Amino acid sequence: MWKKDERIPSGCAISGFINRCGRKESGEAILRSIAAMHERSNGLGGGFAVYGCYPEYAACYAFHLMFESEAARDRVEEFLRRSFVVQGAEPIPTRSVASITDQPLLWRYFLEVRPESLTVGNTFLTEEDFVVAAVMEINAHFDGAYVASSGKNMGVFKGVGYPEEIGRFYRLEEYQGYLWTAHGRFPTNTPGWWGGAHPFALLDWSVVHNGEISSYGINKRYLEGHGYLCRLGTDTEVIAYLFDLFQRRHGLPLSATCLALAAPFWSEIDRLPPEEATIARAVRMVYGSGLLNGPFSIIVANRSGMIGLNDRIKLRPMVVAERGETVYMASEEAAIREICPSVDRLWYARGGEPVVAAMMPLGAEAEAEVA
Amino acid sequence: MTTEICAQQMDYRELNAKVRAAVAGGERELVLSQVNGQRYLGVGLTQPVKLSIHGVAGNDLAAFMDGPTLEIWGNAQDGVGNTMNSGRVVIHGSAGDVLGYGMRGGRILVRGDVGYRVGIHMKSFKRQVPTIVVGGSAGDFLGEYMAGGVLVVLNLWKEEKEPVGRWTGTGMHGGAIYLRGGSVSPDRLGREVLAAPAGEEDQPVLFPLLDDFATTFGLEAEELRRQPFQRLTPTSHRPYGNLYAY
Amino acid sequence: MTSLVLPEFLHRVDHQRCRRCKRCVMSCGFGALQFLERVVADHAKCVGCHRCATFCPEGAITIERNPTALRYNAHWSEEHRKAIWRQAESGGMLLSAMGNDKPYPSYFDHLLLDACQVTNPSIDPLREPMELRTYLGSKPERLEFGAGPDGKPRLTVELAPQVQLETPLVFSAMSFGSISLNAQKALAMAAEKCGITMNTGEGGLHKDLYPYSRHVVIQVASGRFGVSPEYLQQGAAVEIKIGQGAKPGIGGHLPGEKVPHEISETRMVPVGTDCLSPAPHHDIYSIEDLAQLIGALKEATRYEKPVGVKIAAVHNVAAIASGIVRAGADFIFLDGFRGGTGAAPTVIRDHVGLPIELAVAAVDDRLRREGIRNRASLVVAGGIRSSADVAKAVALGADVCAIGTAALVAMGCHLCQKCYTGNCSWGIATQRSELVRRLEPDVAAERLVNLVRAWSLELKEILGALGLNAIESLRGSRERLRAVGLDQTTLDILGVKPAGR
Repeated sequence: MWKKDERIPSGCAISGFINRCGRKESGEAILRSIAAMHERSNGLGGGFAVYGCYPEYAACYAFHLMFESEAARDRVEEFLRRSFVVQGAEPIPTRSVASITDQPLLWRYFLEVRPESLTVGNTFLTEEDFVVAAVMEINAHFDGAYVASSGKNMGVFKGVGYPEEIGRFYRLEEYQGYLWTAHGRFPTNTPGWWGGAHPFALLDWSVVHNGEISSYGINKRYLEGHGYLCRLGTDTEVIAYLFDLFQRRHGLPLSATCLALAAPFWSEIDRLPPEEATIARAVRMVYGSGLLNGPFSIIVANRSGMIGLNDRIKLRPMVVAERGETVYMASEEAAIREICPSVDRLWYARGGEPVVAAMMPLGAEAEAEVA
Repeated sequence: MTTEICAQQMDYRELNAKVRAAVAGGERELVLSQVNGQRYLGVGLTQPVKLSIHGVAGNDLAAFMDGPTLEIWGNAQDGVGNTMNSGRVVIHGSAGDVLGYGMRGGRILVRGDVGYRVGIHMKSFKRQVPTIVVGGSAGDFLGEYMAGGVLVVLNLWKEEKEPVGRWTGTGMHGGAIYLRGGSVSPDRLGREVLAAPAGEEDQPVLFPLLDDFATTFGLEAEELRRQPFQRLTPTSHRPYGNLYAY
Repeated sequence: MTSLVLPEFLHRVDHQRCRRCKRCVMSCGFGALQFLERVVADHAKCVGCHRCATFCPEGAITIERNPTALRYNAHWSEEHRKAIWRQAESGGMLLSAMGNDKPYPSYFDHLLLDACQVTNPSIDPLREPMELRTYLGSKPERLEFGAGPDGKPRLTVELAPQVQLETPLVFSAMSFGSISLNAQKALAMAAEKCGITMNTGEGGLHKDLYPYSRHVVIQVASGRFGVSPEYLQQGAAVEIKIGQGAKPGIGGHLPGEKVPHEISETRMVPVGTDCLSPAPHHDIYSIEDLAQLIGALKEATRYEKPVGVKIAAVHNVAAIASGIVRAGADFIFLDGFRGGTGAAPTVIRDHVGLPIELAVAAVDDRLRREGIRNRASLVVAGGIRSSADVAKAVALGADVCAIGTAALVAMGCHLCQKCYTGNCSWGIATQRSELVRRLEPDVAAERLVNLVRAWSLELKEILGALGLNAIESLRGSRERLRAVGLDQTTLDILGVKPAGR
């Protein structure tokens, strides 16, 4: 397995869609979409995130794990049994695909947190804090083991190969989800490290990312100061952790999180109306270490929606389209047209301006605006 | 006689090879249907052929192109006309980022919008004068480092929008940008740019481009000619003369 | 007593080229030159400040190091022997000015910056936006929002006061007294023009500088000179000076003969009185006393401006800094052992303190480990020579770099290290009116503005090469540094990987 403290730059393709009314479809469409951008990856990484795929275990944290050996699996399973109530454990179903070799052992576990685990001495943890700590513990301290995802009713399926091959390998056509994201990777060396593929996920946050975070060094130090361990050999994991820190732990509104990650320029802040300027200035001052600098386009998802975001001078592409209650985002228009030839509306995301496609409350009109 | 090639699910290398083979066989007009994201269309052709492309044209359309005429009945993705030398590209939809990068000659007409970084470092030399006309609006960094040629943004479809994004013409040191409308916000312009209303002296450059655009997309040329335009030109051919200590 | 110390410099005049204009005689603040039918030098008085040579219209003056050799001895260097002679002749402590000039290693010179190639693009700093703006002051660890009446998020916490700097540079504290009023004026004018700050030092704020007060940091030092209610209301920020890099743990002494009318007015002491700055603040004998003084100054300035603390980098600097942050300081000014001074005992200047590179790394690490890094800005100083040093200091964890010596050099200082004599021929470190007049504030300010502009441009080039367009993305990003020729322990302290890894 790849040495966990070295970083591999990579380029990429991303695609995702969400049915805002929660109607599900199989993984077949997202596979076709990401395959349309085959040229943007080099066969060294592909992956998918799907939401709504485990309704029978909706209350459990679904841990997708990669193991290098049975011994690693034993150690981790022992840890999981100690920390959680294990409601289900099984190998992740795969099929053999000629080009995919050297796969690690792939298992999934459906876990419940024991209420008594949340009291440590005089400290009370939330369930999520507890799960995050467990993920960090496994990723940082269990050799030969890696948590690919840890959210409820969602899962990440990824590995080394072209994304369409990875999708067939994981039999994604057998899963149903209302939100799918995908990633094709173009890493600049050949580590053969399955955990290095996207999406990166923590709790039910998942991130697919095209580009390279030039500010990785300070983002990582900042996160480490908040208890996150960046050991996965890629810059993308910091995005998932920053979302978790800002949204869940600091309780920032989404708009403020996006201001932090892709801040407006000072010259623009100076021109904003006073109240908006105060917020933007404060966010930059306080969260400057979380600014994602360098080229990126990302699709971030969680159970309640999908966000597309470009770096503030838009060095990576992102196309957005809408058809009925479904919103699509991708690196190239072709990836959208492949699965939705005629769209109601298609536009190009702007640098630093998030595109938010939120789940609609039950019964809401399908025409509700995409922000 | 035209040859039609259906590009559905076809790899770009196969598609471009078929096009080149048809041209080598003497074909001068081709129709590509069901195109969806195939790259490099029009690349590597030097004959004055005409390609009609239906669907979404992929990245690097008309890159390094020298001569052909491409008409796209749909949108084009990123990198149209990259370092293009001559020829003509007509896009009936919109186009993505980095259109006309380092363009040296020829013409690109886009009916809809264009993305970020359009016309970066266009340059003209002797009789080579690249031209781009955009019917909609443009994103940030339009005409960055522009060294020559002519960029026109008409902003015809969404009047409430600004025609251009931020840092327009930043680092511009040659050529001209024309923006339809009576004025342009100064905070949209790079430091190296001078904005002034276009006048009679601009007509010999501007009018042929407007006429071409109108004819191509079925608009009233006279109507376009009557519109007010702002002209952006560089304040200096050497905007960075005082940066260095020797 | 006859001095056994031979002159350090030999002052040569090419009498064939000399026009006998006597400009050099007039320009020497040290009285080294006389005109006796032709220019005659008293070599012993020449300090090598180059004022005469710079302004000789014929280029007829050469100043050379005295080649007269003492027998070589690796242990008993010439410098040691001369020091002993001087002390044997005077019985006094050796005095020096400016910063430690001994050949200790410079860690800046062992650090290299990164740049982008292919996998992420470098950014063109001339055409594309490139941001150096920095805010000096305390930030909370997190923001809190509530909903406004319109349903939009609204901040529910108010941020502590901040000083907005357009580039991560400020001018270090240099008091009126240690330098001339014209030099201070130049610093104030330049600070205003550059959108940064200058610092009064401990000598109070002359009324002529009040118009610049939004770009002035006012200092409160142990002598409390000029610290009046009016003074406290001036200024963009307040700095409590505990110590400085050139003389950690040492007080100051402006002799009465250097306290003429203007200085007396500004320092608020009678003309001709010695101005003694005690080594400690006598209201700070412990960290909780510092908290009390910070609180008092915040109260006195109605919580409208940041209050910071300046310390010399000493061995336990990380723990001290942590205590200062917890005591409520909004910024810490960390001064390394290369930091300058108008006067310091040589033995202290040359043998006490820490290199600023190691100090900033240790402090930044410690504050992050304790989760309090946001609570105070780090201003880093003490031998910052170039924009490269600034970039490296920022990558190690500095918010802002302060320049004193570099600013003086920009104004004309040649580092002759004789500030304490008050004879500065360049009109900087002197109060002699005929010398002070030489430094035109406008001209000196222009030189300072040019320097800050040039460094800022260079910083933007560095950021662009790193693929960054905001200075905060470099701040603390040690991943963008690699070290050559440092041992593992030093690498660990710096938090930097060796080059090639």
